[in-house]
Amino acid sequence: MLSPAFITQLRRLLPEHCVLNEREDLLPFESDGLAAYRNTPDVVVLPENEAQVTAILQLCHRHKVAVVARGAGTGLAAGALPVDGAVLLVLAKLNRIKTIDPLARTAVVEPGVRNLAISEAVAQHNLYYAPDPSSQIACSIGGNVAENSGGVHCLKYGLTVHNIQKLRAWTIDGQLLEIGNESLDAPGYDLLALLTGSEGMLAVITEVTVKLLPRPERAQVVLAAFDDVAKAGAAVGNIIAAGVIPAGLEMMDRLAIQAAEAFVHAGYPLDCEALLLCEVDGVNEEVSADIYTVRAVLEASGATEIRTADSEEQRLKFWAGRKAAFPAVGRLAPDYYCMDGTIPRAQLPHVLKRIREMSVEFGLAVANVFHAGDGNLHPLILFDANQPGELAKAEQFGGRILELCVDVGGTITGEHGVGLEKINQMCAQFATPELIRFHDVKAAFDPEKLLNPGKAVPELHRCAEWGAMHIQGGQLPHPELPRF
Amino acid sequence: MLETLIERIRAAHDTRSPLIIQGGGSKTFYGGADEGEVLGTRKLTGIVDYQPKELVLTARAGTPLAEIEAQLAEQNQMLAFEPPHFGGGATLGGSIAAGLSGPRRPYAGAARDFVLGVRMVDGTGQPLRFGGQVIKNVAGYDVSRLMVGALGTLGLITEVSLKVLPTPAAESTLQFELDEAAAIEKMNQWAGQPLPLSATSWHAGLLSVRLSGAASAVQAAQARLGGEPVRDAAAFWLRLRDQTTPFFDIRSSTSSQSLWRLAVRPTAPPLTVSHRLGGDAQWIEWGGAVRWLISDRPAATLREAAQSAGGHATLFRGTAPHDGAFTPLAPALLAVHRKLKQRFDPRGIFNHGRLYPDF
Repeated sequence: MLSPAFITQLRRLLPEHCVLNEREDLLPFESDGLAAYRNTPDVVVLPENEAQVTAILQLCHRHKVAVVARGAGTGLAAGALPVDGAVLLVLAKLNRIKTIDPLARTAVVEPGVRNLAISEAVAQHNLYYAPDPSSQIACSIGGNVAENSGGVHCLKYGLTVHNIQKLRAWTIDGQLLEIGNESLDAPGYDLLALLTGSEGMLAVITEVTVKLLPRPERAQVVLAAFDDVAKAGAAVGNIIAAGVIPAGLEMMDRLAIQAAEAFVHAGYPLDCEALLLCEVDGVNEEVSADIYTVRAVLEASGATEIRTADSEEQRLKFWAGRKAAFPAVGRLAPDYYCMDGTIPRAQLPHVLKRIREMSVEFGLAVANVFHAGDGNLHPLILFDANQPGELAKAEQFGGRILELCVDVGGTITGEHGVGLEKINQMCAQFATPELIRFHDVKAAFDPEKLLNPGKAVPELHRCAEWGAMHIQGGQLPHPELPRF
Repeated sequence: MLETLIERIRAAHDTRSPLIIQGGGSKTFYGGADEGEVLGTRKLTGIVDYQPKELVLTARAGTPLAEIEAQLAEQNQMLAFEPPHFGGGATLGGSIAAGLSGPRRPYAGAARDFVLGVRMVDGTGQPLRFGGQVIKNVAGYDVSRLMVGALGTLGLITEVSLKVLPTPAAESTLQFELDEAAAIEKMNQWAGQPLPLSATSWHAGLLSVRLSGAASAVQAAQARLGGEPVRDAAAFWLRLRDQTTPFFDIRSSTSSQSLWRLAVRPTAPPLTVSHRLGGDAQWIEWGGAVRWLISDRPAATLREAAQSAGGHATLFRGTAPHDGAFTPLAPALLAVHRKLKQRFDPRGIFNHGRLYPDF
């Protein structure tokens, strides 16, 4: 619990409306997008400029008070879960787009700027910011940097780490780290990569310079149905082997297809075991050539039906089902539990077969939604938390899936991050020597462990039990946001 | 082989004996002078795994780049960051440790963008593994990328997993007679349009632009941009990548000349810092973001010029100034660097002085 004297000092640093410590004001901040994890913060501060941020950090450092940074609160791994006795530093009010340089194709933005707002602001120059996490209408760029957010277009356009070039970041003791510059590289160690995806553990970001890309001239999507998930999985590899890097390559299994179709009526074929959506973009001629190749490969891979969207309206309709897959599956059962493992694509048939076997073993249905292009799997385990033992069963099942991902050479988290949710599963992926080095990295920035304590990297003594993502009543916070 | 290397590192750690990590020795000119016994990786070779459908290749550090590129070419794939080979014999480990990329970099990404995972041995002789073989992975800090460009100062890279890409079906290079300012503007304008650019260069009044992609797309872009098609363009870009063009040979210059690499904001106007007389003292690459200068000006002058253009300057070939080949870091950044070095290589045995004089 923070002392009233400390709160008083905080209040001296900020305008009155920027410090919240009345219980009803704190409730909206008790969880991020993973609402199964809740904790009421002691105090919430909402600074309006960089000077206020640094003043807060310095005060906290002086009093050895921990700081949890938070952006828009859409994260799915409890990375922004409040910590007892800590200040919750909400950066949402730092939301100015400072400069746009259309010729150099960069924008300098504050961390609270929403992901989509960047693309909207630069659209007049025919540019956009490529990473497009599904929560992009709400999530902020600061959070994107903290999580190294991806999106549907990762395979071709990369993650956040590939699309930023400079950060202004502050260590807990109030030192400014200017990382990167306006050129394409920087002298010394690649701290830009180290900070990206560091989940608020190393420094607090107050400015991000993002790279912008020219809008593709054209985007077109092909939908293909398969009577066997293994065939669909093989088709994904065949498309890539044919030399096409799709802008998006998504797969759904039977249960996910049916749920999505019932929910948004995208016109998906229902008599199939797997559906692929393959979008190619780029210059006009390139898209024509790629669509031709993709169709030929899909046919040779045994697709039972192939449709090419011939209008923007149809393209969006094809995508609508995929984008609504999470809420659609959420209607099938009282609860679902979403995993976020990544696997080498070649392992897909094996992994899906094992998931089916485990589904029978645990007596719980699974819908599979898959960023097939980059190997990121989102199995959704259906269960009913009101049935005694089902939650535990679902968690156990989920844990087994993540172990399977690690076993086949993959990872426990492709895009949601570790946060608090998967902190125990880090123990399955990393051995003690690597975990020690992670703590060493932390110590190089924050030796007193004041930034986001207890998240992202488990203490060695803690490597014991598995975490889980549990969605209450099939409902995510921010239900209006697509989740895929 | 790996065991032998680990034993030598442990022994060096115990006796505080400095080691110089060396692969093919093709980049010994790069960075500051280091001293110690050579720890060679040339015997640590072999492609461990290559799955063309996964777009992932894993190889041991001492594997020659040429061998990797030949394997990839058989499957119509490539290392999209076009790592320089320089004198030849360049290895994968050395390329990643140096973190250098070739002409395709501004359009496809840098060495660090393609690294998915590394196996390494730290300064205590502890083998470590970070990242993996998958494209999306956000578990733990990105130590794999931290190793890229660290010039071996944080540990010995023993194995690297890389994302690879399909080789474009067609390539074509166009040339335009343009002065420096106009060329810089053109390169930036075109990069902001949906064009299949894959490399740009300006030197001595000539802008060269490479287009890559489907044959129809390259043709369409060619028709749109105009310019003179260049024959034997592949050799041109190879010479630029490996700096075998006479421009880069400072031995042919007078003794006080060095080759400087000024990384700047791509739109930065022509630099006014004076360099070799005769007008051919500059070569621009990377859409304007790299300006190679042959110059005898003091390091401080060139660093200031680069800094005011939004970037930094590196002494690439020549005699490094007393404070090192790379632009000195701001105190807060330097402090973080020192702490990372201290944690990964507590006794400072690896490549002392290669990156910065004091570590």
